Amino acid sequence: MILLINDKPTETKAQTLAGLVVELNIEGAFALALNQNFVPKSQYANTLINENDRIEIVAPMQGG
Amino acid sequence: MTTNNQAWLLADKQINSRLLIGSALYPSPDIMRQAIQASASQVVTVSIRRQNSGDQSGQAFWQIIQSLGCHILPNTAGCRNAQEAITTAQMAREIFGTHWIKLEVIGDDYTLQPDPFDLVKAAQVLIEDGFEVFPYASDDLVLCQRLVDVGCRIVMPWASPIGSGKGIMNPYNMELIRQRLPNTTLIVDAGIGKPSHATQALEMGFDGVLLNSAVALADDPVKMATAFKHAIEAGRFGYEAGTMPQRDFASASTPVLGTPFWHQNH
Repeated sequence: MILLINDKPTETKAQTLAGLVVELNIEGAFALALNQNFVPKSQYANTLINENDRIEIVAPMQGG
Repeated sequence: MTTNNQAWLLADKQINSRLLIGSALYPSPDIMRQAIQASASQVVTVSIRRQNSGDQSGQAFWQIIQSLGCHILPNTAGCRNAQEAITTAQMAREIFGTHWIKLEVIGDDYTLQPDPFDLVKAAQVLIEDGFEVFPYASDDLVLCQRLVDVGCRIVMPWASPIGSGKGIMNPYNMELIRQRLPNTTLIVDAGIGKPSHATQALEMGFDGVLLNSAVALADDPVKMATAFKHAIEAGRFGYEAGTMPQRDFASASTPVLGTPFWHQNH
């Protein structure tokens, strides 16, 4: 299915957020929002993803 | 005896420095690290952005920040409504492991002036969710009061627009906010351009100053960080010492009694 990850259409075979994180090989400090709602890491395994879901994956950066 | 190095409480943390410093816009990561250390600040602001595949720069940055041992104050820069800011704050809390959030909700792209309505709305939701909210506000007394009303223990009115370096545009407003919110921790955030601006804020009784561009964009950021450290200490010391009242007439400081060549008919 196709997801919008950080606003880019992305093909995935993952069924859950946990599977998606493994598939994308995301490491280090990051957090995730599904359809504009924050999802804590503890819920990745139980959170199903669906066609056209919008996923934001964010990491630390400089800020003022 | 009060000293300018006296520890103070920022939210639930006891700290010594009254300078909160940003981590953006430095010429290099190493100059950022040196400048933050030179500033003696114990609170560093950071942000979050979309993670691009294969880009590890954010992780490298985060390792440098962690090595400094400062308290972390993540921001919600770039958010334009309450929902974006709330979700960003929740993501930042998980990434950085802190319930502190510098809440920014921008209402105007040209001035980066906060949206007062969504700012208050987001502040209320985040406080109910357990956050310590540091709201970036304009110098509007009623906005600052509303933020206190919804539970903010800290309010951060701007001196002038972010990155403008103009200093305190409206001293009357700022002094009024200080007078009317005596029990709120007030940090001047944004618009500070040079050390004397920071001194002025501390002399007014503000509890601290948050700045970034003034140090990062200086010709020598490390030296400017040192200058701000001293300027903020000077301002706080001056505030604690109590300034003399202004007068509309001259008053000689040198005693006139026994002045040589003095005659009655002078």
